[in-house]
Amino acid sequence: MAGVGSDSGASAETTYRSARVPLLLPTWLMIGVFLVLPVALMAVYSFLTKEMRGGVIWDFSLAAYDQFFVHRGLFGDEPPTLEWTYISVFGRSIIQAAIATVLCLLIGFPTAWFIATRPPETRGVWLFLVTVPYWVNLLIRTVSLRFLIRENGPLNDALMGAGVISEPLALINTDFAVQLGLFYSYLPFMVLPIYAAVERYNFTWSEAAADLYATRWVTLREIVLPIVRPGIVAGCLLVFIPSLGAFLAPNLLGGAKNFMIGSLIEEQFKKSLGNWPFGAAVSMILMSLVLILLMIYARSAARQEAR
Amino acid sequence: MTNAVDIRKVTKVFGTFTALHGVSLSIRDNEFFTLLGPSGCGKTTLLRLMAGFEEVSGGEILLFGQNIASLEPNLRPVNTVFQQYALFPHMSVIDNVAFGLKMKGWTLPKRRARAGEMLEMVHLSDFADRLPTQLSGGQQQRVALARALAPQPKVLLLDEPLSALDLKLRQAMRMELKQLQQGTGITFIFVTHDQEEALTMSNRIAVMSAGRVQQIGTPREIYETPVNRFVADFIGETNLLEVEVAAIAGDQAEVILPGGQRVTCSSATTEKGRHHLSVRPERVTLGTVGSGMQAVVEQVVYLGTDLQVLVRLDGGTAMQVRIQNAARTEVPSPGTRVGLTLEEGAARLLAD
Repeated sequence: MAGVGSDSGASAETTYRSARVPLLLPTWLMIGVFLVLPVALMAVYSFLTKEMRGGVIWDFSLAAYDQFFVHRGLFGDEPPTLEWTYISVFGRSIIQAAIATVLCLLIGFPTAWFIATRPPETRGVWLFLVTVPYWVNLLIRTVSLRFLIRENGPLNDALMGAGVISEPLALINTDFAVQLGLFYSYLPFMVLPIYAAVERYNFTWSEAAADLYATRWVTLREIVLPIVRPGIVAGCLLVFIPSLGAFLAPNLLGGAKNFMIGSLIEEQFKKSLGNWPFGAAVSMILMSLVLILLMIYARSAARQEAR
Repeated sequence: MTNAVDIRKVTKVFGTFTALHGVSLSIRDNEFFTLLGPSGCGKTTLLRLMAGFEEVSGGEILLFGQNIASLEPNLRPVNTVFQQYALFPHMSVIDNVAFGLKMKGWTLPKRRARAGEMLEMVHLSDFADRLPTQLSGGQQQRVALARALAPQPKVLLLDEPLSALDLKLRQAMRMELKQLQQGTGITFIFVTHDQEEALTMSNRIAVMSAGRVQQIGTPREIYETPVNRFVADFIGETNLLEVEVAAIAGDQAEVILPGGQRVTCSSATTEKGRHHLSVRPERVTLGTVGSGMQAVVEQVVYLGTDLQVLVRLDGGTAMQVRIQNAARTEVPSPGTRVGLTLEEGAARLLAD
């Protein structure tokens, strides 16, 4: 019997091996055409010369990276120093994305916990409700948010009507509005992976911890959080990375002085005074930054595993 | 001497379902005490109430005289061995064992040393740095035991800890558990649905059914003198015959067997009328026609050490008889007429 079993197993494996190429081909094509090719194109563009009305001239140039990192004064005649303009945009974007991630975590973790501890029959309904906003386009949702919090919008009207405030709150065009937009856009990306992790959590572990004299707080810190950590990390990455490159929320809710990387890149490609090589260079720098962050995380995760 | 645990009129209600109906029992210090019953009888609920994972709906739980019924689980000096072990998956074996000590504020060197001793006790010293998932079921079981014993609890609660192991391992662990209990002097409260486990390990057993304690006693008392049909049926194998009671005096009764023969037996009831008589199959002798209850052999089942003989009494009642598979045993063939004689102490009259 065992012989028959292993025989059929081996033959099944051979079948899979010979079918591997045709089975993987669609995936390879998708990744190749829609991921590798555009990224390669951007990498090449970032080393080309800009065409005045958008587009590129096929001449190798480091001008885009020079513009990003090196300051030569308004007329280009000062001694070169480090250019802070774009680095500070990056810095502000990282801070905004980090705040949005923390907000999403603070709200998303209890939400995910709540859903995962409902009876199995009702979990589906809660998960469905979490994903409902995604039925509406992100642009429309962000515009609605703008409408909601503007100076004479429904939120201020309601608060003034209730007598909570006497002057309308200046919410629109603030960092707060941007964070609200990012938080609102990406919250489900935090909830879903944490939910998946908490759902697999065995609550007998919490009982065992309490049985061994751990308080609720210590149980959360020493048992729950380490075990559901992969879900938390996945959620944080899924919120942080798109937040870092977001342009809808900063453009529509933040106004001119709350500029973020996404808006900077978008501007280079959208307007007639855009600069494609510069936009491509900023994209490459952003992507490198994200990859470096991911690599640092993967390293620390691997070290944790080995411990 | 103070009892280790006193359960006083403990009730537990889940919504509309009453899991425990005013259960009272006392567990002595240094005792191996077993809560035995079928699934849903309330034994695990009672254990969880002692551990503090559930709150009592009524009644008191005293631990060495102190009422702990409203204490959080982390404040109770009892530890639990869980059915599926519940080892922390992200901690090494030794960190699992040392967790309770860490929570009690022991320093790292002290708790490492103690956890090491505990692992030695369960023969797992070589596995200290593994993760629980890298161990077999039996090894995980022993880690769970070491983890629960490390903080030296006053009472150790064990929730069907052997049910996930295979038969050989289960039998070996029974002996190990019993020795551990005698060696440490800690009171063990053991929950199981396996009567063999209960009989072999326990000092005393509480047989539970439908949220009530049916009988408390030593394994011998539970087996030899069951108080009612449930206990007689649940512990070991038995024949239940409906009989008429001719006379009752104290704990002795004279009953009329099918076929008209009168026998005297011990009784758990003081009421006359029709009752059930428990007849243990290994205490019935197969004899020649004419003596005892008349029956026809229907089937003989070979069990290795024993033979199980299924017979039908002339009144139509089916019974089973166990005979030892000794060298000179004559195996009756189906269709043979036989007479069944009850040995001394074979029968017991039960309350319903």
